Amino acid sequence: MSKTIKFIQGNEVCVEAALYAGLNFFAGYPITPSTEIAELLSSRLPQIGGRFIQMEDEIASICAIIGASLTGSKVMTATSGPGFSLMQEALGYAIMAEIPSVIVNVQRGGPSTGLPTHVSQGDVNQARWGAHGDHAIITLTASNHQDVFAMTVDAFNLAETYRTPVILLFDEVVGHMRERVVIPEKGEHALVERLRTAVKSGVDYHPYLPREDGRLPMSDFGGVHRYNVTGLAHDMWGFPSDNPQVVHGLMRHLIDKIQNNAAEIARTREYYLEDADCILISYGSSARSSLHVVENRRKRGERIGLLELQTLWPFPDHIVRERCRRAQTIVVVEMNMGQVLQQVKLAVDRPERVFLANRMDGVFINPTDIRNILRLIQGKGI
Amino acid sequence: MVFSGSGGQGVITAAIILAEAAVLYEDLIAVQSQSYGPEARGGSTRTDVIIADSQIYFPKVTQPNVLVCLTQEAYNKFYPIIRPGGTLITDSRFVKTELKVDARQIELGMYQLVMDAIGKPIVFNICMLGAVIAITGLVRPESVIRVLETRIHPSFLEMNRKALDIGIKIAQDINTPS
Repeated sequence: MSKTIKFIQGNEVCVEAALYAGLNFFAGYPITPSTEIAELLSSRLPQIGGRFIQMEDEIASICAIIGASLTGSKVMTATSGPGFSLMQEALGYAIMAEIPSVIVNVQRGGPSTGLPTHVSQGDVNQARWGAHGDHAIITLTASNHQDVFAMTVDAFNLAETYRTPVILLFDEVVGHMRERVVIPEKGEHALVERLRTAVKSGVDYHPYLPREDGRLPMSDFGGVHRYNVTGLAHDMWGFPSDNPQVVHGLMRHLIDKIQNNAAEIARTREYYLEDADCILISYGSSARSSLHVVENRRKRGERIGLLELQTLWPFPDHIVRERCRRAQTIVVVEMNMGQVLQQVKLAVDRPERVFLANRMDGVFINPTDIRNILRLIQGKGI
Repeated sequence: MVFSGSGGQGVITAAIILAEAAVLYEDLIAVQSQSYGPEARGGSTRTDVIIADSQIYFPKVTQPNVLVCLTQEAYNKFYPIIRPGGTLITDSRFVKTELKVDARQIELGMYQLVMDAIGKPIVFNICMLGAVIAITGLVRPESVIRVLETRIHPSFLEMNRKALDIGIKIAQDINTPS
């Protein structure tokens, strides 16, 4: 069979990839600019025997996918900033109860209802710290459709591997633009399936007792084992506990399972970094504008490169520090007031080398914007 | 290139068809995007298409080589962005070109021809697409037809084919001065 080539929107690519990864349950409340994801899945999921539910709001949407995931489904919901805000409480629940799930946020301008139809990358920190309490989270993003596909499949894989919610943080430009994507054949992109317990019916099953490798085998809720699931701090049975030792162990487990695997989770793309004096760091659609600048300036012999981040959380600080070691200037290109900028400053030595090239007015940052800011940084004026 | 008009005229659909034809049947690289407001109909609509033989990074058009304006409002708003020496295509029924720009200005009576020959305005956009592919030579008519075959109901195919031909013909007529 020849490869399937499609010319579709980024949101549609996300759907193709989710189905490829085995998505069979989606609950959501449509919102611009993520609507196409719900729209397309409302027709695609029933065709394969999956479930699509349009819920009354985003709180119900994320709660529905959490429940469905517990019963053994691969689940996703999709939203934008306002809906993502509503989801934070249950996102924390999914982190605490360790429920594999994928939450797509196609970013638009905020805060509040903000700029419904315009691009932004303002939810980077919300993805990290929107839910209360100490926790770790995985957040992926992409700048082009082939990577939207790969990151979406990876999101499902990481959710299963680490029993955790994974956030796909796309933006309006990538969500709505159309470009070519090659849909991989079955088996071409590895899939991680649900790790189910080998404990038989009638034998005690401990839902929150990690194996030696830190993973927790699951038992489909409503199946052969009875167990408790709660947002409260809990013991290995899933029952509430305020025993300091138990709580300490739980917190360490929740954070270590992700932070200790940060290198495994880190995904980046690197362009011309070997000899770069000036390194742009970007992600999502602004990485496209950045790459445009880098390609043009390379042709003129300038030593400029791009480090594109695909994993935003856990922040790949080891890669950023290492790649930026020799650079004289580091310019973070993003469409917010410097959310990744702060992380880069924390990651690198000599943070005075780090500058921000940004827009946060709803307009997609273009190569001229970046060029002008580069000239200012280099003391050349506009 | 940039296609502009009013919501409902089908300029975005035309852009998608063109870009899809370029990618799927011409082995070219294309990116399509649209300016995007809350309104579903009316207002001025703009869609950007970039067709290239190498990777496209920045997906928006800043200075189009080809600018199509199907309403006066769209013309007034977008004519200044055309690349010097570019091609400006307007429909003579809807747009009165008032200001001189450094571009090849082509005024075509596409809407009137479509109404005379087919009587339905819904294929106006396909007629425009015919003119664009004839003027630019970027994509073969067969490739556009192949996309149309996958996107529209067979009973509407003939009408679209006819509209495409009208567009190609009217553009060829101006390309070969008599």
